Amino acid sequence: MRQALVLAVALAAVVAVPWIAPIYHVLLMLPFMAYGVVLLGLNLLFGYTGLVSFGHALFIGLGAYTAAFLTGLFKVRALEVILLTAAVVAAVVAMPVAAFCVRYVKIYFGMLTLAFGMVFYTFLLKFYRLTGGDEGMPVARPFLLGRDLGDMPKIEYLAGPYYYYSLVVLIVAIAVMWRIVHSPFGLCLKTIRDNPAKAETLGISVPHYRWTAFVISAVYAGVGGALLATPTGNVDPTLAYWTHSGNLVFMTLLGGFASFFGPLVGAFVFIYLQDFVMSVVPYWRLVFGAILAALVIFAPGGLLGLFPRRRVIEAA
Amino acid sequence: MILQAENVTKYYGEFRALHDVTLGVSAGEFVSIIGPNGAGKSTLLNLLTGLARPSSGTVRFKDRDITGIGPVKLAKLGMARSFQLVQIFPDLTVRETLQAAVAARLRRGRRIFASLRGDRDIRDGAEEVAALFGLDAKRRALARELPQGDKKLLDVASAFALRPEIILLDEPTSGVSTADKTRIMEILVRAAKTIGLQAIIQVEHDMDIVFGFSDRIVALHQGAVLADATPREVQADQRLVDMVVGRRRGASA
Repeated sequence: MRQALVLAVALAAVVAVPWIAPIYHVLLMLPFMAYGVVLLGLNLLFGYTGLVSFGHALFIGLGAYTAAFLTGLFKVRALEVILLTAAVVAAVVAMPVAAFCVRYVKIYFGMLTLAFGMVFYTFLLKFYRLTGGDEGMPVARPFLLGRDLGDMPKIEYLAGPYYYYSLVVLIVAIAVMWRIVHSPFGLCLKTIRDNPAKAETLGISVPHYRWTAFVISAVYAGVGGALLATPTGNVDPTLAYWTHSGNLVFMTLLGGFASFFGPLVGAFVFIYLQDFVMSVVPYWRLVFGAILAALVIFAPGGLLGLFPRRRVIEAA
Repeated sequence: MILQAENVTKYYGEFRALHDVTLGVSAGEFVSIIGPNGAGKSTLLNLLTGLARPSSGTVRFKDRDITGIGPVKLAKLGMARSFQLVQIFPDLTVRETLQAAVAARLRRGRRIFASLRGDRDIRDGAEEVAALFGLDAKRRALARELPQGDKKLLDVASAFALRPEIILLDEPTSGVSTADKTRIMEILVRAAKTIGLQAIIQVEHDMDIVFGFSDRIVALHQGAVLADATPREVQADQRLVDMVVGRRRGASA
């Protein structure tokens, strides 16, 4: 009940932002919503399956470059088609990558995902004829629901139609993920997170579930990546760089991986904090490093972990 | 015969853990495997559950060779197992733990977009097992917050939720108080009858439990079967009891 109320207030606030907040802050909400989609997926793997990926920027990069290729090379401008294609591309790449990675756990899994991410980063950097190398590629303004909004000033486009489009995508992503984590499949993922050996004795085939969770998370990252590409209007290889993957893990930790909405809170706080700290000191990574250290030591459950949900333990 | 091991021998390097063991378990039996430390009890259990491969000999379950089959397929075939160290899902509730087992049994774990809450079969199946094991009042408690005896019960209950035909328990009462031991065993035997379990095989050290609940006792010593007899026959053989249990316990029998 309380959670529903908080959600309703949060949603109302996000809907109202373009009317009440200065344009600068409205534009900051765009990466929040894109990362929100990415992190919902990442946390299916992290918080629900117990696998920490340090390579999910790979799938953000895939989604973003899909947007660039489609709008540029293929002249496909419909955002619906772009998002769908990004999802498919991410899934297709994730299937073999996941098949390799899920055979390992803990640090080995993390390192392997990182390695795959760096392979893709290098590909983007070196195949400059195709990818534009370190300069990247432009992303043309997509049509929304079949409407070409090319005449609109860019700021107006982003703070208006694109903002609400992103919000709807985020809400759909939340709804679908909510269903997934509250399904029999989601429950089986949690058993694997808690005790894979025991899960196997129940007949739960651990690698298959990990693989499926990985592919779903990649699809989310692909869609989020495509969503992220439009506001910047350009994609470059740093999207797929490992520090970007690290940021995703940071955001998740910041908000709290143990709760469904934790990563969303993490994305929001990260983006605004980064913006604020960068405007005050040039060494923002130094400050963020300190925050991360403090977080792990004092609030391992993240920001949402500071408000523990009470559980009723009924007497025997 | 549901489960049959024929002439199984197991070497770990040079060490012979089991030597030419033949053992069959029929429907309706409760078999206890006893023996001093290092007698090969756990090795035998690992072979019977296909977790380890015998160096020679075969293990058949329902007339099917199950050597090296692995836990997932074994569970689907109808054999469940619990381990000596209690195995739980610490951050899941009692209800979730049992629901997971029921979902796995019903092959519904792959339903990605189905509602768990709306699945009556999973819900009822979990409720039923919780009631059977006296865990219904604690179904919303996290597994890690349960007392040790209840953790053990939950561990075994989740194996029962698979509705196996046969269950192998490695010291089902180790690490719990004496009062809890009898309670756990009574619940277990009652639950076995209710779900129509065909056979139970347990490794157990507590001779009161062994003599009190088994139909048959298999005594191992240095990797070989020393005796395969009824509890009454074992109790009558003082030399045997001394050998596999030690003198102190033998006196109380």
